Amino acid sequence: MSLIEFSAQRRFDSITIDASFTADAGVTALFGASGAGKTTVVNMLAGLERPDSGRIVVGGMVLFDSDQGVNLAPEHRRLGYVFQEDRLFPHFSVARNLTYGGKGGYTKDRPVDMGLVTKLLGLAHLLDRRPATLSGGEKQRVAIGRALLANPAILLMDEPMAALDATRRAEILPFLEQMREQLDIPIVYVSHNVDEVLRLADTMVVMGEGETKASGPVAEILSRIDLRQWTGIHDAGTVITATVGDQADDGLTALKFNGGALQVARLHLTPGRQVRLRIHAKDVSLALEKPNKISVLNIFPGKILEVSQTKGAQADVRVDIGGASWPVPIWAQVTKRSATDLGLAPGTKVFALVKALAVDREDIGPGPNTGHS
Amino acid sequence: MTPVEIEALRLSLKVALWAVGVSLPFGVLVAWLLARREFPGKLLLDGIVHLPLVVPPVAVGYLLLVVLGRNGAVGGWLYDWFGITLIFTWKGAAVAAGVMAFPLMVRAIRLSMEAVDARLETAARTLGASPLRVFLGITLPLIAPGILAGVVLAFARSLGEFGATITFVSNIPGQTRTLPLALYSVMQTPGGEDAAVRLVLISIALALAAIFASEIIARRLTARLTGKKPRRGR
Repeated sequence: MSLIEFSAQRRFDSITIDASFTADAGVTALFGASGAGKTTVVNMLAGLERPDSGRIVVGGMVLFDSDQGVNLAPEHRRLGYVFQEDRLFPHFSVARNLTYGGKGGYTKDRPVDMGLVTKLLGLAHLLDRRPATLSGGEKQRVAIGRALLANPAILLMDEPMAALDATRRAEILPFLEQMREQLDIPIVYVSHNVDEVLRLADTMVVMGEGETKASGPVAEILSRIDLRQWTGIHDAGTVITATVGDQADDGLTALKFNGGALQVARLHLTPGRQVRLRIHAKDVSLALEKPNKISVLNIFPGKILEVSQTKGAQADVRVDIGGASWPVPIWAQVTKRSATDLGLAPGTKVFALVKALAVDREDIGPGPNTGHS
Repeated sequence: MTPVEIEALRLSLKVALWAVGVSLPFGVLVAWLLARREFPGKLLLDGIVHLPLVVPPVAVGYLLLVVLGRNGAVGGWLYDWFGITLIFTWKGAAVAAGVMAFPLMVRAIRLSMEAVDARLETAARTLGASPLRVFLGITLPLIAPGILAGVVLAFARSLGEFGATITFVSNIPGQTRTLPLALYSVMQTPGGEDAAVRLVLISIALALAAIFASEIIARRLTARLTGKKPRRGR
């Protein structure tokens, strides 16, 4: 039995929601373009919107069941909710905002307390302040702490960084990563930002037109080109799992995966750690012969699996750069002209070239085995 | 001040305070219904609440007489069960003032309640708070300035109430002769001009005092709500 079993339908004037997915511990990203119905799904989980029909079970507790006539009030669902806006209570100090949910009479079966939350989110120096005097990033950190201190069974986060500018976002992301690694709390994270999903999520559910289109491990879903129209990621990429190697004196780090190692520029990663990294399809070049006297450090021999023609001047080519026993398919984006000139077709042996500097910090997220210790 | 003036002033204050105090819980309830709830008959309730604002006060007084008089449906019941007589008493004057002031009070509270972000209330629910706890801990403190505004408006309206009062409870010295009624009486009396001027000045002083007091309280409330220091002067 999964931790979250969600199935709900509801007709609105403009859209019909028909979503079903299951999720387990860890971070599950609800991903899709705006208007895809992500927020509605989270609101249905939280009890803020009522489905016409369906069944929602979290941790064995039936929250909603149209057949049995079950519909728990939001305050009885034990779900923490971090909204797009901070929604802090303006007449309370930060400390009182943080403790508001703790008074709801929840059982203390989770070891989330004030000390841990203030330390994790860096709130200790803000406790006496009023929300009006905080910056956007600080407010959202308080909102996250407030939801955590209600000791929820799962934490819902609806694009918690949507209202923040890029600087604030970069400031808050490390806190979220910390939280993910140190707290044993399942998170449903709504986002349309692929970088956030890559850095935070284990599983992702893709939504489009009110429906759940696909769900599975982040690496698998992000690499599926058929989901492009729902994910909106036209800059398709490949997500592979790798282990961080030692850092060389010249600043390069090797990320080892089945099929070889990718040299990337200094990224301050802990050696031995598992990471997921994204290789943008447009950063991958193809050559029929192994080039020498070239600045590109990462050259992988491989075989073409498929060539998909899309609209416009480009072609998406899937190349297996792994060994015979362990395929590692990656996407390369080349022009249609090059594909024709080189005669690229399934079965063609090619070399895939990736610049070491093409992979940056935004493209690297925690691997499947980190966190939740 | 002459004993007659003191009597009228004290009676006015008593009538207005009772009118506002008793109607306030109902005002908050009706404002909450109108601001936050959808139900059949909402438009009708809205209309009935606003009636005293648009109907001639004398008509309201007449209706009160019919319903709350000793032979009226509610008035007879009140007398039989509780021995309460409203007609020709200061309590009746308070009822007339409260009814006339009710729409103003509801309007002010409703506006402030609509200005409170309902999303804060939903957030509180997701944190495990019951609707009652949300109302007492989040909504009520945030609409405090609106409640204050409603109270001051209703208080001022009650002090000035004339038409419904004189129709419902008549003009009895010591019982129902509030400041406006006393003013009316002296103006009917030959040579009462000086007394009229004094009563007008008393009325103005009373109204100004109420406005100043509410302004001071409003600043403190705003300061408490936002955590900022009260502003000095404007």
